[in-house]
Amino acid sequence: MTNAQLEIQIILSLVAVACALPGVFLVLRKMALISDAISHSILPGIVIGFFITQDLASPLLILMATLTGVLTVVLVEYIQKTGLVKEDTAIGLVFPALFSLGVILIARNAGDVHLDVDAVLLGEVAFAPFDRWMYNGIDMGPKSLWMIGTILSVSIIMLMMFYKELKIATFDAGLAASLGFTPIGIHYGLMTISSVTTVGAFDAIGAILVVAFMIVPPACVYLLTTNLKKMLIGSSLVGIFASITGYWVAHVLDTSIAGTIATVLGLLFFVVYLFAPNKGYISQWYKTKQQKTEVAMLVFMLHLANHEDESERNINHLQEHINWTKQRAKKVLKLASQNNMIEIEDGVINLTVKGLSFTEKAISYISDNKNSELEGIKQNFFLFRG
Amino acid sequence: MKQYFDLLMMDYTLQIITLGTAVLGALCGVLGSFAVLRKQSLLGDAISHASLPGIAIVFLVLGVKNNNGLLFGALLSGLVSAVFIKGIISKTHLKSDTALGVVLSTFFGFGMLLLTYIQKLPNANQSGLEKYLFGQAATLLASDVWLMSAIAGIALIVVLLFWKEFKMVLFDADYTTTLGFHVKFIDTLMTSFIVIAIVLGLQTVGVVLMSAMLLAPAAAARQWTNSLSKMVFLAGIFGATSGVLGTAISASANNLSTGPVIVLIATVFVMISFVFSPIRGLLFRQIKLWKNRNDLKLMKTLLFMYNIAKNHENISHPHKIQLLNNFQGYTRKSLKSLESEELILLDKGDWSLTEKGFDTAKNLYTNQS
Repeated sequence: MTNAQLEIQIILSLVAVACALPGVFLVLRKMALISDAISHSILPGIVIGFFITQDLASPLLILMATLTGVLTVVLVEYIQKTGLVKEDTAIGLVFPALFSLGVILIARNAGDVHLDVDAVLLGEVAFAPFDRWMYNGIDMGPKSLWMIGTILSVSIIMLMMFYKELKIATFDAGLAASLGFTPIGIHYGLMTISSVTTVGAFDAIGAILVVAFMIVPPACVYLLTTNLKKMLIGSSLVGIFASITGYWVAHVLDTSIAGTIATVLGLLFFVVYLFAPNKGYISQWYKTKQQKTEVAMLVFMLHLANHEDESERNINHLQEHINWTKQRAKKVLKLASQNNMIEIEDGVINLTVKGLSFTEKAISYISDNKNSELEGIKQNFFLFRG
Repeated sequence: MKQYFDLLMMDYTLQIITLGTAVLGALCGVLGSFAVLRKQSLLGDAISHASLPGIAIVFLVLGVKNNNGLLFGALLSGLVSAVFIKGIISKTHLKSDTALGVVLSTFFGFGMLLLTYIQKLPNANQSGLEKYLFGQAATLLASDVWLMSAIAGIALIVVLLFWKEFKMVLFDADYTTTLGFHVKFIDTLMTSFIVIAIVLGLQTVGVVLMSAMLLAPAAAARQWTNSLSKMVFLAGIFGATSGVLGTAISASANNLSTGPVIVLIATVFVMISFVFSPIRGLLFRQIKLWKNRNDLKLMKTLLFMYNIAKNHENISHPHKIQLLNNFQGYTRKSLKSLESEELILLDKGDWSLTEKGFDTAKNLYTNQS
């Protein structure tokens, strides 16, 4: 591993953490797409800043671009407040307009600036180690390392200072307001941090993939935990892991580093989405299936309780009566007899004492529909699963 | 301007491009109306970004740049992304914004991976794949425009055929289900056509700006009417006009790519509609607010006068205007306008209530109409 490779990986990891921290709050506040809007609409800010400074890493450019990002949020919120269009439409109207403005600005001045849209949109971290910060003739390391490092430190300090406020404002804005914190101040603080981070990161990974860095790690971790601290740490770790893996995969395939990292993030998300315990696709699917069988069994037992007549409780008759397929009927029958709810004698099904008391409980719940009754039933349901 | 028309008459390519952007604009306007009303505005953004890997994969498999093939790839990958988005929203507790963000960025990232991989391939027939990022209207061929028009025609027929169903699903999906319509099918049909519109636009405006083509005309049209049919029609007109104007402007100036110009024109339509629409517009709303405030002030003045006049036997007994000095809410202008409504009479520094003014003031609190 060469020095430059190491530096690239450090830069990528810092970008990943810097993006993941505000990203967690964006995901929790249901504002994930604001990051998409900001990342597109900072383009005119970057272009104008670049006209003035001719340096992608200059503080003035970062300031201009950040202002454009905050302006986007203000515009989106203004349009939302007028009530003329739905919320998501407001986002969809603002950022393409600003982005188009940026593209046209670049195109009109193509001769004068060495900046093209691809660079801003897609970024290229491979060149980052070559743009070094020389101080008094001493090599201080890549400029972008310093830039993203500063941004990350500021956001970590802000996060630690306002952790409690952020937490309350995110989960209960009303409570935060009544406790005397200003949710609006916190909101704009978060938006500013998101904008600064986007601006700091676009150079390395491109504006569109900033969205991947901000949204995907928190989305992954959110499927695994609901603890805020764990989410913050977990998202950072996921981001770092994806950055380093993605870097080496890109190295082997000789492809865009940012694109590869986003792909790794996507695969990670897909795996978590499928396999996450309790919240993943498979466990949800299993749960739904389980619930279906349980409901079927409940229906079955109520049916038994309603029909005293022996001929009505014959196994073969039941199949016709409730109109289940043979397979399904067998499954329900098996589940019920496994739990000692029924017993079968000469092809006639009888409820056991346990089954009878269970059915009575279920009926009393259905008829008065109270939640307290439901709790008892739920516990009974867990019995079946064992 | 005249120069442009001369050019339009002469230049076959320009005619084709103008026709293409017009058809595209109209199609996007019509289908975008449904997206906007279904609160799926940003679905278009996600799908357009997510169509990139499809384009790259088709190129990798076929090895040639067959335009229709690439569009088919984009369509497939757009549909796959739509399925993913739906899966994430319905199966997990992640909200729709997160689902869109995740799918948008990871699909796009994968597309970038593939594009950069293709660029390194030796049989580098790949130049021009990047045009799908920002679109290049200039590469539109007559055959592309025919394809676009054919699909636009089909879309129009489908919209007309399923008009009633679309309308019902848009405004009350639950009721539609109870009536026995297959809501899931109608829903899928609508989403599929939105995806098709997006894919058709990729070549012209590109993945990044495509969502605006879908949204802006519809959002503008929404401001002028509350009727769905009028909105769809207007959105089509706005879309087509933005397409034509955008092409014209970018053709008559150097270094202006068509996509961004079209989007900016559509945005101007939106801004004009937001401000000047007679039903919902901001300007109209502000004027109404001022008028209400003014009316309130006039009525307050009238009430003050009434309270003085009611103590006299003759309600039209003239009083000095100075009497009103205790009351801060009157001006010469407000008295004049009260007079013009025949609520009071003014006579050289004296005022008197008319019969009508007295009755109006008396009924001010009781008459709630």
